[in-house]
Amino acid sequence: MGKSTFLGGIHPFEGKEFTMDKPTTVLLPKGDLVFPMSQHIGAPAKPVVAVGDYVLVGQKIGEASGYISSNIISSVSGTVKAIEQRLVVSGKLVESIVIENDHEYKKIDGYGKERDYKKMSKEEIRNAVRDAGIVGLGGAGFPTDVKLSPKNENEIDYVIINGAECEPYLTSDYRLMMEEPEKIVGGLKIILSLFERAKGIIAIEDNKPEAVKKLQELTSAESNIEVHVVKTKYPQGGERQLVYATTGRKLNSKKLPADVGCIVNNVATAAAIYMAVAKSTPLTHRFITISGDAVNNPQNFNVLIGTDFSEIVEAAGGFKKQPEKIVFGGPMMGSAMYTYNIPVTKTSSALLGFLVDEAAVEESPCIRCGRCSEVCPMHLVPVQLATLGAHNEIERFVQLDGMDCCGCGSCSYICPARKGLTQQIIQTRNQVLASKKNA
Amino acid sequence: MNDMFHVSASPHARSPITTRTIMQDVCIALIPASLFGIYNFGLRALLVILTTILACTVTEYVYCRLMKMKVNPGDYSDVVTGLLLALNLPASIPLWMAVLGGVFAILIVKMLYGGLGQNFMNPALAARVFLLISFPAQMSNFVVEKIASPTVLDYFNSGAVAIDGVTGATPLAAVKTGETVNLFQMFVGNHGGTIGETSALALLIGAGYLLYRRVISLRIPLTYIVTLVVFAIIFGGHGFDMNYLLGQVLGGGLILGAFYMATDYVTSPTSSIGQIVYGIFLGLLTGLFRIIGSGVEGVSYAIVIGNLVVPMIDKVTRPVAFGKERAKVEK
Repeated sequence: MGKSTFLGGIHPFEGKEFTMDKPTTVLLPKGDLVFPMSQHIGAPAKPVVAVGDYVLVGQKIGEASGYISSNIISSVSGTVKAIEQRLVVSGKLVESIVIENDHEYKKIDGYGKERDYKKMSKEEIRNAVRDAGIVGLGGAGFPTDVKLSPKNENEIDYVIINGAECEPYLTSDYRLMMEEPEKIVGGLKIILSLFERAKGIIAIEDNKPEAVKKLQELTSAESNIEVHVVKTKYPQGGERQLVYATTGRKLNSKKLPADVGCIVNNVATAAAIYMAVAKSTPLTHRFITISGDAVNNPQNFNVLIGTDFSEIVEAAGGFKKQPEKIVFGGPMMGSAMYTYNIPVTKTSSALLGFLVDEAAVEESPCIRCGRCSEVCPMHLVPVQLATLGAHNEIERFVQLDGMDCCGCGSCSYICPARKGLTQQIIQTRNQVLASKKNA
Repeated sequence: MNDMFHVSASPHARSPITTRTIMQDVCIALIPASLFGIYNFGLRALLVILTTILACTVTEYVYCRLMKMKVNPGDYSDVVTGLLLALNLPASIPLWMAVLGGVFAILIVKMLYGGLGQNFMNPALAARVFLLISFPAQMSNFVVEKIASPTVLDYFNSGAVAIDGVTGATPLAAVKTGETVNLFQMFVGNHGGTIGETSALALLIGAGYLLYRRVISLRIPLTYIVTLVVFAIIFGGHGFDMNYLLGQVLGGGLILGAFYMATDYVTSPTSSIGQIVYGIFLGLLTGLFRIIGSGVEGVSYAIVIGNLVVPMIDKVTRPVAFGKERAKVEK
């Protein structure tokens, strides 16, 4: 078994107290909804509706265009207004379906129908997950049905549900654990039915004792499910760190969790699987944290996918004053954008408004303090990799395991010289990946 | 409301600890030792401290201006060098020698090698060794004579002005010849030596602060001191004589060197294992110089020579990437 932690990591300001004890508010959209065709890793979905079509809640409007791809589901009923390029959180323009909401929320046939997963075949379960458009909701957006179909199906020993939520400020997973824990456990049971010999582990950081208690109570009767309390430390929720902390098994960049007998899914993904399989409800909504020192009323919202972020900010009382920076996702791995007129996608988790941009700092020379390698959860020497990257010494970069960087940002956070270590390493890593693709 | 916000790659959070706060912490940690030095050796010690700090900061400023580099943005690293250099000098040193030491530390050892973070030797210690070789007499003159009514000029002359009761010979010399020393006096620091090295108590208070602030870890100082003690037990010829062993630990520049100089980030290994190897290496070298060799002191030389092997230590103690095998790294 694991040691409940890993070597390295950091303890940034948590900031979870702003939102963690406030119940989630359900928010219905006012304006149009925007559904980018690429909200996941893999090939973008293809629109299967045309401008002027009337669509229903739960209707497939974008179809997966390959094995590693995902369906896009409408979260409202209304008319397709446009199919055009729209800005998404990565800063790219992506083909998107714009739907004018008729506020009637008419549902497709069979929406919400109860199903007994025990009577369903593995194939049917996987197809239900695929049809519902479920992807890794922790942020990566990898199609979940693909994850649930490893080659070594009979060698899976652990199904790990990731409730670590180690990113500062974010509490959307926590609120989900507090408000809808039965869905998470239900999802886990469905996944476990796919892997007979596997044991279920729900991993939660020790700064969320209430959630631990809740899930322990719910799973006390289940002999093959365990709630594993892990140490509060960033990046505890990183896939490689969490697998190690809970099972003691080690992953590197060349291995997937399934290679060491593990399947890892976020709590929100588990809940989505439950809804899709047991309730015939596709993925149409998610929990979003609105927080940061610039926000008037930080809290969590239960919103429809496709809602414009500006509507959620408004519902949170708007900004106290113009924030210097807006981050989508957590402060460690989230993306900053110059606007917040962008839609909520499947992998959105938060919008954070900061009055001061902590990252707007000037670099100074490295003083060789060694903090970056001390905190690196992959046990690399970040400053050396960043220097190699900056000098374009690609071969040496790869030789010194630069490709194993998980991009957690711990080195840049801790660096007293304020060097952009993660930024440089990830840039070089992407460069190497791109050149491999082109070769 | 203007909708344009800052955009940058993640992470967007930064730790409150910067190079500047680290250097400030080192300065704060050296305050007790500096104050005790001034108490012990008089205002003359303060004069030496101010001289070296000024020499270091001015040298760095002038160099940056002349080379059209961005002038050091106040990271205090030059102040730390100046302060450490002063604490490694006798209070009686002629001030022009102190200035020379400061210029040597910053210009030759630090800036010519590329400035902050690029020097391969600890600037303050390299300057001390430079002065030791150039002016052995003045550098080991711990005799401080009291002048009845000193004039301003007297302060600037060698031969110093100081309080009574400070004897010339350092206790470490007595330890070396096997004499029994007053350990309590050595711990408090009321004896001869360089300005900052005499009071183990004051140095340990500062070291405690640095440990508390996590600026340094115990890895280097502890392995260094323990190795020296083991060396002294085996080769010292006094066995487990506590007076001898503690005399070795408290005497000379060991505490100052182990906690403040050997832990200098720039010139010490970065990995935990590397730091332990380095500490052992320093302990062995110091033992060699102090116990086998004919000299009394050996810390400065040990650290300066230890600095030279740091790149090699770093190379062989490189951490293995998580989930990978050591063999792959050594390829």
